[in-house]
Amino acid sequence: MFDLSGKTALVTGASGGIGAAIATSLHRQGATVALTGTREAALQAVAAKLGERCHVIPANLADPEAPAALVKEAEAAMGSLDILVNNAGLTRDGLLMRMKDEDWQTVLDVNLTAGFRLVRAVLRGMMKRRTGRIIGITSVVGVTGNPGQANYAASKAGMIGFTKATALEVANRNITANCVAPGFIETAMTDVLDEKQRETILTKVPAGRLGQADEIAAAVTYLASDEAAYVTGQTLHVNGGMAMI
Amino acid sequence: MSDVAERVKKIVVEHLGVEEDKVVESANFIEDLNADSLDTVELVMAFEEEFGTEIPDDAAEKIQTVQDAIDFIKKSTEGA
Ligand SMILES: NC(=O)c1ccc[n+]([C@@H]2O[C@H](COP(=O)([O-])OP(=O)(O)OC[C@H]3O[C@@H](n4cnc5c(N)ncnc54)[C@H](OP(=O)(O)O)[C@@H]3O)[C@@H](O)[C@H]2O)c1
Repeated sequence: MFDLSGKTALVTGASGGIGAAIATSLHRQGATVALTGTREAALQAVAAKLGERCHVIPANLADPEAPAALVKEAEAAMGSLDILVNNAGLTRDGLLMRMKDEDWQTVLDVNLTAGFRLVRAVLRGMMKRRTGRIIGITSVVGVTGNPGQANYAASKAGMIGFTKATALEVANRNITANCVAPGFIETAMTDVLDEKQRETILTKVPAGRLGQADEIAAAVTYLASDEAAYVTGQTLHVNGGMAMI
Repeated sequence: MSDVAERVKKIVVEHLGVEEDKVVESANFIEDLNADSLDTVELVMAFEEEFGTEIPDDAAEKIQTVQDAIDFIKKSTEGA
């Protein structure tokens, strides 16, 4: 099950905790992967662990020209692109009343707009080959909201709507588009929390622990597989029960 | 330049997977060749690629038959 031999995948944010786990899992199932992010050294470190069937293509997704160029490079390196995982994301938290335009825009640009540009660029090849998997990493807060994260929640909710529209447009071409919505996962993003914040979060998580990046990667791997061909336009929540939606 | 017509027809045959003899000048992509709206977008993009020209959205909407495509491409590549 979930065999990805012969498939090719582009994973954005592969230098981060969840992205590295996703790339590793897709690779383990047999896929050839292209890793992207802005920190080349961190990408190389992930690539070194994977060994063969792995390409590193650094790119800054805040640059409007970057997504199209990135897809072109990935397709040139791997021959085609079967799976796109839009995982790159960042936060610029702050209460709305004091949120700067710049903090709003940066988050929307990287979390949402870059994803749109990447999907637009990969669709051409996927349409031609009548196969494709588009997977966006959204967040539980895109559905529930979270104080201090108006920009981030908007970007993640936007990704869900964007994914549904995409799914409708390309469903009869054998291309699926889905989201995975993590709850609180142990990565650099959550390392910044202090002990008290952690405890408060855990009171909201019935499973009583933070999630692991591998548990997000497993959901992505399922959606990337042939077995998930009939699943499209969905958001798969992986959050230890903190929100049931 | 019948060359343009040949190339246009070839792209249509390849993209829509239809018989060559059905791809006549008067054939309407949607009505006669069973294309859906996504197919027409793909066709326009394939024409753009093949002829190195840009087909703006409002012009693309008017390209409904094989002849429309040939005419537009001939006109837009004339000066080149
Ligand atoms: N951790 C959680 O609890 C959690 C919960 C819900 C959703 N998520 C989502 O999961 C995804 C991965 O998060 P993570 O926890 O793994 O965080 P992370 O370790 O901070 O990773 C974020 C990734 O995004 C990339 N990135 C950020 N800005 C970029 C830019 N301008 N251009 C290209 N790449 C950029 C980073 O690459 P560089 O560092 O190389 O620039 C990094 O690889 C994000 O979309 C996040 O919103 C996380």
